[in-house]
Amino acid sequence: MATTTSPAPAAAEVPAAPARSAGRRGGWFRRVGWRHLVGVLALAFSLFPILFVVSAALNPLGTLSSSELIPSGAGTENFRRLFSDTSFGTWFLNSMIIGLLAAGLSMFLSATAAYAFSRYRFRGRRPGLLGILLVQMFPQFLAIVALYLMFSTVSDIWPAIGFNTRWGILLLYLGGALGVNTWLMKGFFDTIPTELDESAKVDGASHTQIFFGIILPLVAPILAVTGLLGFIASVNEFLIASVFLTDDPSKTAAVGLYGLVSAERNNNFGVFAAGSLLLAVPTVLLFQFLQRYIVGGLTAGAVKG
Amino acid sequence: MAHPEDLAGGGGRPRFGLTASGTVSPVGLIAKILVLGVVAAIAVWGAFPLIDQERWLLLAILVAVTVLLFAVYLSPRHIPLKYLLPGTLFLIVFQIVPVIYTITTAFTNFGDAHRGSKQDAVTAVQAASVRQVPGSAQYLLTVAADGDPATGELAFLLTDPATGRSFLGTPDGLEDLSDDEVTRAANGRVTAAEGYTVLTVAQAGARSAAVSGLSVPTDSGAIKAQGLSRAFEGSPQQAYDAGCDCVRDATTGRTWTADDSVGYFVDAEGNNLAQGWKVNVGLRNFADVLTDPVIRGSFLSILLWNFAFAFGVVGLTFALGLLVAMALNSPDLRGQRIYRSLIILPYAMPAVAMLLVWRDMFNTDFGLINRLFGLDVNWFGDAWTARFAVLLVQLWLGYNYMFLVSTGALQAIPKELTEAASVDGATPAYAFRAITFPLLLVALAPLLISSFAFNFNNFSAIYLVSEGNPFPPDNPQAGATDILITYTYRLAFGGAGAEYGFAAAVSIFIFLIVAVVSILGFRRTHALEEIN
Repeated sequence: MATTTSPAPAAAEVPAAPARSAGRRGGWFRRVGWRHLVGVLALAFSLFPILFVVSAALNPLGTLSSSELIPSGAGTENFRRLFSDTSFGTWFLNSMIIGLLAAGLSMFLSATAAYAFSRYRFRGRRPGLLGILLVQMFPQFLAIVALYLMFSTVSDIWPAIGFNTRWGILLLYLGGALGVNTWLMKGFFDTIPTELDESAKVDGASHTQIFFGIILPLVAPILAVTGLLGFIASVNEFLIASVFLTDDPSKTAAVGLYGLVSAERNNNFGVFAAGSLLLAVPTVLLFQFLQRYIVGGLTAGAVKG
Repeated sequence: MAHPEDLAGGGGRPRFGLTASGTVSPVGLIAKILVLGVVAAIAVWGAFPLIDQERWLLLAILVAVTVLLFAVYLSPRHIPLKYLLPGTLFLIVFQIVPVIYTITTAFTNFGDAHRGSKQDAVTAVQAASVRQVPGSAQYLLTVAADGDPATGELAFLLTDPATGRSFLGTPDGLEDLSDDEVTRAANGRVTAAEGYTVLTVAQAGARSAAVSGLSVPTDSGAIKAQGLSRAFEGSPQQAYDAGCDCVRDATTGRTWTADDSVGYFVDAEGNNLAQGWKVNVGLRNFADVLTDPVIRGSFLSILLWNFAFAFGVVGLTFALGLLVAMALNSPDLRGQRIYRSLIILPYAMPAVAMLLVWRDMFNTDFGLINRLFGLDVNWFGDAWTARFAVLLVQLWLGYNYMFLVSTGALQAIPKELTEAASVDGATPAYAFRAITFPLLLVALAPLLISSFAFNFNNFSAIYLVSEGNPFPPDNPQAGATDILITYTYRLAFGGAGAEYGFAAAVSIFIFLIVAVVSILGFRRTHALEEIN
């Protein structure tokens, strides 16, 4: 093995990390250059379909068959049609309200559960953690039939949380609060030394004070990640929303946009592309806003001490 | 109101809510009272309609849950439960109950032809047999929908030309419409009604099957449409006779006897009436899945591709996501932020919309991919190009997520470990293989496994992109890119009518496959040992 044969001086040159022979400028390439290369290729792959959507949204003809990768002309006709011919404004508002509430509440429910799983030992802990994962493995689209029948009854009893309401679908999304995100959070909670809790307990803090005052601020990065994932998931959720929200004013943007192209694909493509772009804007902004938490790398330094 | 720090009293730490004495802080107490007050208010709000409609079982559940919540949060014991209860309640109601319901459905013949009780079936049979007889009342008909013209529930807006009065007809019955709720044309036909969208002739024509299928029950029979602008009140020709437990046709005299083992009314020759009722069929659905020659014929090849697809998506997205995460995870790298924000963009785009966009990009004639690369490939016409296409689409949609979580996990690995390895002279490749990767795998195993479970049943990934294409000429049911869930969908919902019972049985098989593979995955990655 390499470890045994390396002479001591090699250790001093560690930053250069010599592996195989390379050219004179290979040092730069091996350190940073290849990273740029991978980054640029990944960018190209990520962006070209989006560029196509941008170009289709700006395309004044607004049809699928006339859309190119590079915009052939620029116009706001598709955006104008989006707001004048469809209820996109309402759909968009619905998506934002449902998305933000679902993300925030799910994050909170998930964090409390992760705290219990990480910090306490109780009967049913292991089955509970496994059960959370197992439930997710059931093919969801059949459960929609059951949910539909369930909400038919709910709509009869409490129309305020039934079909075609924001509250109904919000409650439904909260059903998924305990899921893979709880695992993600629990893993992060586990990395925070229990000595912190212990010393607070000695100082007389109650469990709620430890949770809200000590743990939650330290796990901000994972809260940001799960909050963002939750927002994206509920804004883009389609299968359930399309069954539950059929009244035009109650639709989310994902359901409404699908309706545009399912009816007449070629002619509505520009409007559809414009709507998809607008729908992506809040997510992108949220990501920018949360980025410093998401990639904050808090575990490396702040907590160890 | 005072600041929390003031309320917490002197002597403690400056941290939010901490008191020196260790008693519950006033802020905490107030929050608890407020939250429990809201719970009580919601419970009372929910209870009134339940009492009104005499739904005692649901009321009992509501009371029990409320009592449980109060008991848990007012008692000083059961601390873990305090943190788990809210999420668990939602999980039980909206995930576990539907799954249990689906499982029980697998033992019945529930489906379009077997929807409700026997009584419902009798009502439907009688309504369907309504015929126009001499002297039937006639109505002027306007077809309307509750909400969207294309999908809203249909309703009849009727005017009796003899009296000039208008009615609203739905499957629930006939209701009077007062004059201020409707607008009428000169001949009395309703042209608008509050709360309903009047369908144009074209819109009504597009739903003509549903229009002629709608029957509005009345005291003497039912009202049915005759074309799109007239309706008549007819009387049923087939009636249920409790004496022989059968349905008898008044004009022809034929009888259909109830058969509770299949949930149909069957005549002597073995023909059944279209509408049946829901009965338990035991394990028949499961036996059908295993023995049906159509299913068995294609099951193995679909299962193989299903595994390849799920493993392929997880493997490819993770490999690419991790590679990019490692490449960008360096403090020396300039523009790290820009790379990250742009690479993550596909994840921010609405997935349903992008699946449709990709599908159009693969279009043979005007698709972007063929035009861009000067190709003339019929992507969904050949099994391997179609498989390549759906995998590529999922790679594009999914690698960003893997990139995000890998970045997080990479940064959570203590720097000392990798530094120690390189001090010991390990090559970066060796340090990665021996230290970084195993640690990553432990941290990400639950995510990878749930990604597998998700993709194994990724309905929209196939249905919206390739629709299962291409299909072999001799079998229009099983396409080359079909996975089990889309195949089931086509078998159970694509034909004459939906067969939920059968689909539920298949989904239990799918669940077992996914669960077994996942548990094996956990075993191998030792992820479960973490949760001792």
